[in-house]
Amino acid sequence: AWASYMTNSPTLIVMIGLPARGKTYVSKKLTRYLNWIGVPTKVFNLGVYRREAVKSYKSYDFFRHDNKEAMEIRKRCALVALEDVKAYLLEECGQIAVRLFWTKRDFISGWFILGTWKNNVIQRCFCSVWSLLDSHKASLSVSQEVKVSSPDYPERNRENVMDDFLKRIECYKVTYQPLDPDAYDKDLSFIKVINVGQRFLVNRVQDYIQSKIVYYLMNIHVQPRTIYLCRHGESEYNLVGKIGGDSGLSPRGKQFAQALKKFIEEQEIVDLKVWTSQLKRTIQTAESLGVTYEQWKILNEIDAGVCEEMTYAEIEAKYPDEFALRDQEKYLYRYPGGESYQDLVQRLEPVIMELERQGNVLVISHQAVMRCLLAYFLDKSADELPYLRCPLHTILQLTPVAYGCKVETITLNVEAVNTHRDKPSLNSNNLPASQTPVRMRRNSFTPRASADVVKRPRHYSVGSKPPDLLGPFLSLE
Amino acid sequence: SPARELTQNPLQKTWEPYDNGLPARHSAQRGVCMTNCPTLIVMVGLPARGKTYISKKLTRYLNWIGVPTKEFNVGQYRRDLVKKYKSFEFFLPDNEEGLKIRKQCALAALNDVRQYLSEENGHVAVFDATNTTRERRETIYKFGEENGYKTFFVESVCVDPEVIAANIVQVKLGSPDYVDCSNDEATEDFMKRIECYKNSYETLDETLDKDLSYIKIMDVGRSYLVNRVMDHIQSRIVYYLMNIHVTPRSIYLCRHGESELNLKGRIGGDPGLSVRGKEFAKSLAQFINEQNIKDLKVWTSQMKRTIQTAEALGVPYEQWKVLNEIDAGVCEEMTYEEIQENYPLEFALRDQDKYRYRYPKGESYEDLVQRLEPVIMELERQENVLVICHQAVMRCLLAYFLDKPAEQLPYLKCPLHTVLKLTPVAYG
Repeated sequence: AWASYMTNSPTLIVMIGLPARGKTYVSKKLTRYLNWIGVPTKVFNLGVYRREAVKSYKSYDFFRHDNKEAMEIRKRCALVALEDVKAYLLEECGQIAVRLFWTKRDFISGWFILGTWKNNVIQRCFCSVWSLLDSHKASLSVSQEVKVSSPDYPERNRENVMDDFLKRIECYKVTYQPLDPDAYDKDLSFIKVINVGQRFLVNRVQDYIQSKIVYYLMNIHVQPRTIYLCRHGESEYNLVGKIGGDSGLSPRGKQFAQALKKFIEEQEIVDLKVWTSQLKRTIQTAESLGVTYEQWKILNEIDAGVCEEMTYAEIEAKYPDEFALRDQEKYLYRYPGGESYQDLVQRLEPVIMELERQGNVLVISHQAVMRCLLAYFLDKSADELPYLRCPLHTILQLTPVAYGCKVETITLNVEAVNTHRDKPSLNSNNLPASQTPVRMRRNSFTPRASADVVKRPRHYSVGSKPPDLLGPFLSLE
Repeated sequence: SPARELTQNPLQKTWEPYDNGLPARHSAQRGVCMTNCPTLIVMVGLPARGKTYISKKLTRYLNWIGVPTKEFNVGQYRRDLVKKYKSFEFFLPDNEEGLKIRKQCALAALNDVRQYLSEENGHVAVFDATNTTRERRETIYKFGEENGYKTFFVESVCVDPEVIAANIVQVKLGSPDYVDCSNDEATEDFMKRIECYKNSYETLDETLDKDLSYIKIMDVGRSYLVNRVMDHIQSRIVYYLMNIHVTPRSIYLCRHGESELNLKGRIGGDPGLSVRGKEFAKSLAQFINEQNIKDLKVWTSQMKRTIQTAEALGVPYEQWKVLNEIDAGVCEEMTYEEIQENYPLEFALRDQDKYRYRYPKGESYEDLVQRLEPVIMELERQENVLVICHQAVMRCLLAYFLDKPAEQLPYLKCPLHTVLKLTPVAYG
């Protein structure tokens, strides 16, 4: 499997930085990216634990460094969170846990606990430090959107919220010890992100996954922009129900292309980039727009191998076992001589990376491709991905907001065939007579010597179950 | 106005719009470097800090992924101008004559850079010199601005005397400058040469140079400071520089053992090993054992013949789908005679431009290189690796390591049952 060389041992990513530096934003985004490329990752947010422990937030006084009672609670929260991290990495086969710390003091106490665990538990600890050196302005704008809608501030008006939050930040500043790469912390693996990505200090990257994380963090930005995803216009093959191939647009498909052009013009998008695949139908669609576009071979539709240019009825008749297998495990299923959705995700990773770098982009692609891209932006699991609805002649407009992505569906009112197949309900009639393991394909051969490929469950990036703070605690010793 | 008609390029199988019967350039093929303006990479650092090593390696990588790149080594210009190197005194900061010549060389090199980027369709130029003063860097930056280039600095900082000594032994002792000296004499002279630069050395500074785009590499990659990455190509360069290392190691490349289809002269498919192929696998196992390679990683494709070969080794291996053989599309499992008979035009086109030729519904060597880029990146990160792959794939990988251009790549000799052992030395 693709992901197997990426991590041999679990990795703990520790976020460090004063509040309102973008830690939660990046944690969630990074977690979404890692899960999408197939590395099970989960976020453990101390704020969530703290909110569970202290049912109602009163004021910034909680965060004063001399507030002993509060410090006790916060320490307990950290310990419980660490226990959850341990459970996730060891027992649930998670690969990466992302933890948000606020100050280095929290980190040091956590580090002691890590040290008492067995040797091979967590070999990779990677810190991501977020600091804002220059103006207060950037942090204020982040705060406004995110903190005002935080559960900590349910009813207060905006000014009181900002005031309290700024005082909270001041509490942290008293004890904040930034990472010291030249002396104390020179053996730690970390990346320090300064001024929202203007500058990076990277120290001792240990392995592949850390290098990918660094590359990802260096490519993302927070500038507002919009991504438009749509499929090519209806094609000749769509009309007759054939999959794959390289056919041209049908008359209705050409109509859609014209409607798309009108839509784009009306939107008046600044510096819009247009990307297509190298298949005729997406290029024809782009041609109607009358603007420059770029062709990407890796945006080509999923390769259906021996099933190319067949209808689903023909496939079911000629390859009934394959047909049934695909419905069982649509994400992992690879067409004989072709690709799987999982292969597609690997193929599309450079597109995602470049989309992160860019501003406003319109991507004209294909059904399976669009599902993969959409799953990345909307944090959909591998089980849901192959069934996401991406109908013809419909544009999805994605806008980053707070910690996620807002989706707007725009139908351009040009009729088209429906190419969507829902997952059929499984009953014993559907199972093939000769049960072949999902991973036995014509073009692959399951080895005996290598480690087994275990299908890893996808995890969502939410805080884990509420801690039982009335129960017994580990002590630091 | 109605949408333009599309025509399919017969060689590359790409769809292009045409106007009045001629192809129109309104769309761009997604290569790697979509920069509108050329990039000037400027090396910074004291002598023996690996600047030329990095320049050459980076140039090799960028050319392989399809970005026309050329390096300009100012030291070479100096050697061409001052026929015979006498001693470190040439580099003394108060040597007027020396300073004049060195400035002349820098300007000559910049002139060639301009010619390459502005007239010869180069995309990236790597300016390899010490560039240790802010003043010199200002001059180069202005030159870049005047010509519409984006400038990106790459600084290598190293204080470890062992690393510096090793560098001197690897590349300086064999330099044309020291052809008549003993090793001790050469080392002594070179150390004094480094001293000449130290007093005026102004490292890239977080505050003073905060508006420049740069990467500062510390202690051969222990840590990096990256500032203001401007575009896609700079981000790729940073990623590459952060993944390379100088730890000695070897890379072994070979193809799968002879397959059943090889015996029949058929291309592609997913056949198993022939009898002789299985023998090769056993011999390979023996060879690997004898070599006693430390922590060897073994990689295969996801095709049966490479996996069967790896199985014989009895060690864990990883399967990469991207190492699969080039997809011959409609020509899969045909013999070359059958292809010539059934697709004579295709057959001829392939011989015309074998690198760019894409099989109908298949791939080209050019596609293969893009597909293999993550393999190269991971090979750079790793140490000892054995890659069991296929003919076209092995040619692409070999071309990267041996800096072979696109025209030669599809004709590199990669016979069956032959292992190529690659060990980095000096600059290659």
